[in-house]
Amino acid sequence: MTTRRISAPLKHIGLVLIGFVMLYPVLWMVASSLRPGDEIFRSPGLILDSFQTENYTEGWNALTPSFGTYLLNSALLVLGCIVGNLVSCSMAAYAFARLQFTGKRWWFGIMLGTIMLPIHVIIVPQYVLFSNIGWINTFLPLIVPKILATDAFFVFLMVQFIRGLPRELDEAARIDGCGHPRIFLRIILPLMTPALATTTIFTFIWTWNDFFSQLIYLTDPDMYTVPVALRSFVDSTVATSWGSQFAMSVVSLVPIFLAFLIGQRYLVKGIATTGGK
Amino acid sequence: MSALDELRQLRRGGVQVRKSDNRAAFWFLAPWFAGLLFITVGPVIASFALGFTKYNLIQPPKLIGFDNFARILSDSRLHNALRVTFTYVLVSVPLQLACALGVALLLNRGLRGLAFYRSAFYLPSLLGSSVAIAVLWTQVFGTDGLVNRLLGFFGVEGRGWISDPDTALSTLIVLNVWTFGSPMIIFLAGLRQIPEVYYEAAAIDGASWWDRFRRITLPLLSPILFFNLVLQIIHAFQSFTQAFVVSGGTGGPSDSTMFYTLYLYQQGFSRFDMGYASALAWFLLLIIAAFTAINFWAAKYWVFYDD
Repeated sequence: MTTRRISAPLKHIGLVLIGFVMLYPVLWMVASSLRPGDEIFRSPGLILDSFQTENYTEGWNALTPSFGTYLLNSALLVLGCIVGNLVSCSMAAYAFARLQFTGKRWWFGIMLGTIMLPIHVIIVPQYVLFSNIGWINTFLPLIVPKILATDAFFVFLMVQFIRGLPRELDEAARIDGCGHPRIFLRIILPLMTPALATTTIFTFIWTWNDFFSQLIYLTDPDMYTVPVALRSFVDSTVATSWGSQFAMSVVSLVPIFLAFLIGQRYLVKGIATTGGK
Repeated sequence: MSALDELRQLRRGGVQVRKSDNRAAFWFLAPWFAGLLFITVGPVIASFALGFTKYNLIQPPKLIGFDNFARILSDSRLHNALRVTFTYVLVSVPLQLACALGVALLLNRGLRGLAFYRSAFYLPSLLGSSVAIAVLWTQVFGTDGLVNRLLGFFGVEGRGWISDPDTALSTLIVLNVWTFGSPMIIFLAGLRQIPEVYYEAAAIDGASWWDRFRRITLPLLSPILFFNLVLQIIHAFQSFTQAFVVSGGTGGPSDSTMFYTLYLYQQGFSRFDMGYASALAWFLLLIIAAFTAINFWAAKYWVFYDD
């Protein structure tokens, strides 16, 4: 017991140190985005000698259309994915958690298996399919899979949650003459808001960060989302303009950071119960 | 309970079928069934079929038998990509999990400010897969980058970590280790499940810190460790963004950051060799499945289930 008490301050010093080293590059990027370009190479510190926002205006307008378009595109895409996931995953989860249908274990096993399925394995035929129906350079190849409950991770998360709800509620409603659609909409769905919140926040962050599928499906600059635009911006600029690259990187991370601040509680819970990425 | 435990227990106990539920289940699962058909399992099968063809999206697919699979065996750039990917997975995942477990142990048991630390260590996990962080890494490990600046203070001569084929992959390994926050949170949840009385009993018996860790924490945490291991290996095999951004999409310098997924992307979406890309996709699936199977097999010897 005594050793534990003595080592506590040491522990805190250690943890603060580790945390500082880990977050230092990100803090430094934020600081550097507010510095004149030539100073970035010279200043490894966080304190600003001079403060300027030129990097932001320069980066914002560097590509045509401007960064505002990409932010809007990403926001629209994220919104579509969130709605798709909430509706389709909650429906599937209700069936897996509450209905006793033929072959349930089998289907449930397949659903669990698809959680581990890498996108790279299915991207080629998916691309062939979507390009044949003319969906390249639209958000449809990115949103429709969500409407079809292919993010099995969330189905699983919701199944877990629904299983924890008392069955007596369903039974009472059934005796009162409620069918499954009504039980789902009126009883289960209102009670599973924490699971829906977790799904929303994870869908937001993962979709916002997702690069691979957006890179493949969005090739027209007008349709670029933030990650695709940022990459194209980095590729097009010479190495000396770190300032504006950092500025736009910071802009692209702000929504993630906000989502993290608002949704921390749900993020931690979601990961702890089901093991997210 | 995790998805893995579910799979483990799926074999046990049957489900009573209620016939009247079948129709409702069909409608509730209709979107998911469509997804299975068009987005997930359907394409897995289609991918297998395309693997036997030569297909560039413009001309119709032409059957070429096992040519694509034979090419997998003789393609030396692919073999290099495999070596890079295996190195990345086998080095970064154990390091990442070691950090996650180490910090989780420090954070465990009513430490003040736990919530704050947990958030701070978790944040990189959310940022790590973004293009923005890859851009940052490009600068930090560049010739004029932050790391070399800081090394300069200690009089150490730096180098272009990303432009040097010997060290480029290491910078990506560091990046993956940097995102140890999410396995750490899973470890923390697992540590909280271990009854305090075990430690109290051990303390009475005069067990050292190491004994307690080896005889109590590690066995009781082994299912969580196993879960993290399976998950992070699968995850690491799919890394793409960071290698793509730091190498400008080339997998360079000298193919030293050529991840399997990046090679697959180049074959499929730069050269539009969809047949070969499909064969590569299937091969990747087999590799990941093999790793997972080995993990499950090895688990019998070191994972301790309390049930």
